[in-house]
Amino acid sequence: MAIVEHLESEGASVSDGGGSDGVRRRDFINIAAVSFAGVGAVAVVIPLVDQMNPSADVLALASTEVDLSSIQPGQAIKTTFRSQPLFVRHLTDKEIAEADKVDPSSLRDPQTLEERTVDGKKQWLVTMGVCTHLGCVPLGAGEGENRGEYGGYFCPCHGSSYDTAARIRKGPAPKNLEVPKFSFTSDTAILVG
Amino acid sequence: MSFPWAEHYTPKHPAMQWIDEKLPLPRLVYNAVGAGYPVPRNLNYFWNFGVLAGLALVIQIVTGVIMAMHYGANTLVAFGTVEQTMRDVNAGWLMRYAHANGASFFFIVVYLHIFRGLFFGSYKAPREMVWLLGLVIFLLMMATAFMGYVLPWGQMSYWGAKVITGLFGAIPVVGEPIQTWLLGGFAPGNASLNRFFSLHFLLPFVIAAVVILHIWALHIPGSSNPTGVEVKGPQDTVPFHPYYTAKDGFGAGVFLILFAVLLFYAPNYLGHPDNYIEANPLSTPAHIVPEWYFWPFYAILRAFTVDFFFVPAKLLGVLAMFASILLLFFLPWLDTSPVRSGNYRPTFRKFFWILIVDVLILGYCGGAPAAEPYVMISQVAAAYYFAHFLIILPLISRFEKPLPLPNSITEAVLGRHAIEGEREALPGMGSDPQPSHAG
Repeated sequence: MAIVEHLESEGASVSDGGGSDGVRRRDFINIAAVSFAGVGAVAVVIPLVDQMNPSADVLALASTEVDLSSIQPGQAIKTTFRSQPLFVRHLTDKEIAEADKVDPSSLRDPQTLEERTVDGKKQWLVTMGVCTHLGCVPLGAGEGENRGEYGGYFCPCHGSSYDTAARIRKGPAPKNLEVPKFSFTSDTAILVG
Repeated sequence: MSFPWAEHYTPKHPAMQWIDEKLPLPRLVYNAVGAGYPVPRNLNYFWNFGVLAGLALVIQIVTGVIMAMHYGANTLVAFGTVEQTMRDVNAGWLMRYAHANGASFFFIVVYLHIFRGLFFGSYKAPREMVWLLGLVIFLLMMATAFMGYVLPWGQMSYWGAKVITGLFGAIPVVGEPIQTWLLGGFAPGNASLNRFFSLHFLLPFVIAAVVILHIWALHIPGSSNPTGVEVKGPQDTVPFHPYYTAKDGFGAGVFLILFAVLLFYAPNYLGHPDNYIEANPLSTPAHIVPEWYFWPFYAILRAFTVDFFFVPAKLLGVLAMFASILLLFFLPWLDTSPVRSGNYRPTFRKFFWILIVDVLILGYCGGAPAAEPYVMISQVAAAYYFAHFLIILPLISRFEKPLPLPNSITEAVLGRHAIEGEREALPGMGSDPQPSHAG
């Protein structure tokens, strides 16, 4: 390449009509060809990278319907949403009062129970069952499981304790248990996702 | 590529001559690991571990390719096919145990190989590229081992994959899309298992290719040696074959005996019982631990428990863990002492052993539950690890007074008087220029 260009440049002003601006037709063709090949290479890389993203069948499971009619106050169920555990909890009045009693500004991740539930349906606490520390499944949704000292959820991996609004109160987790996007499709059913 | 006095390849058999003209592959082997490669005469047993790492790689590839013949990379059957390999496939138990324990032995010899390099200053000029390529191999090994551990689809496989890919989730803004992209879903699933299997099959061959580059880069300056003094003449070297093929052969025998002891008498000693429970996304094992060879790095990851300047603790831990390995890429330029071998560096030697103890402490804490006092100990040990490379080592290089070096490798081996005697006994050698006697 270098040799060719060197030879070319000697006779360039004559044969290529390079002229006074110093840009030869060969330079233009060279840059244009390499650029075009570069764009082509990038275009090929896109599908090679994108094939690793979640496929259509995985995305098709991206929303989950949950029937609430059988969950009594004080009970919780464990189901899955996007192949991760989902906790749906029917709070008792006492648990709601406990959650409301706390001053949000004293919390690590300040949120009130209202902000974490749907208007007028404060008793339905829907959260991911994924500890915000390193992704373990906290205990507390099943019957008789350790709910930790704040009466919500307790992660056995590194000892994070969540309160009755699933807010982080103690331990290494940085955030409250995530509340996924969900809506009520009827009085006794929700659609998550 | 080699010293001028290296022996030359001269094929005698016509068939070998014919091959040598068409494709000089035997010549390449002869010059790389045969009599055509002159090696310092004073190498000790710490110089065995490069060849042993190569042997471990071969064991892993052979047993791994066999395991792949009996494995089904699908979450519905993966756990079952591994168990079936163990119970039903002829000698399947042997292949699986050899592969699982072979990974541990691969890391043992590679850690000893790195230990050798750190103590004897093998990373210093002109061998920086050998060191850098070695670190690339180490990183590839870690990626391969991690993905391999996911394949049996046990509880530790699943939760290990979740925690490790979760590390990427700690990166601000792009973290979660990257995690989803790596897994091919929102949690480890079939897509994750398939890609991990594909890459786990591919990466060992990439490792083999980088190993070839590693050896190529090594053979340009030639092997280092325990004195750290460069080769000065033919009297300082012996041909690789038969001298070091024999020494490495002995080392390989010891290695295989120890490997066989673990393989046949305690094959699950280094494993985790929870990985014999099939993966369950709804139940976390009480105590998630990686394999032992990741423990020091896992301890550094977990050492960060408080946020610092708006950087969340989780991200700090991830950055520190990656930094602890990437730091080693700068080692040839952090240690500026011209003396290579720790044998002649009294201050360096003391801090070197402190570092080794520090890494062992980190390893112990990484395998322990994340509770006090282990968290506090890992914090101190992690801080010391970084201080060693970033502060202590550059300072030692500046202020240390090294011990006097021998004039040559031969002098270090035989002593000055012996050299005088040898020269008298061999008058032919006397005419060779011997810079060793200039000093």
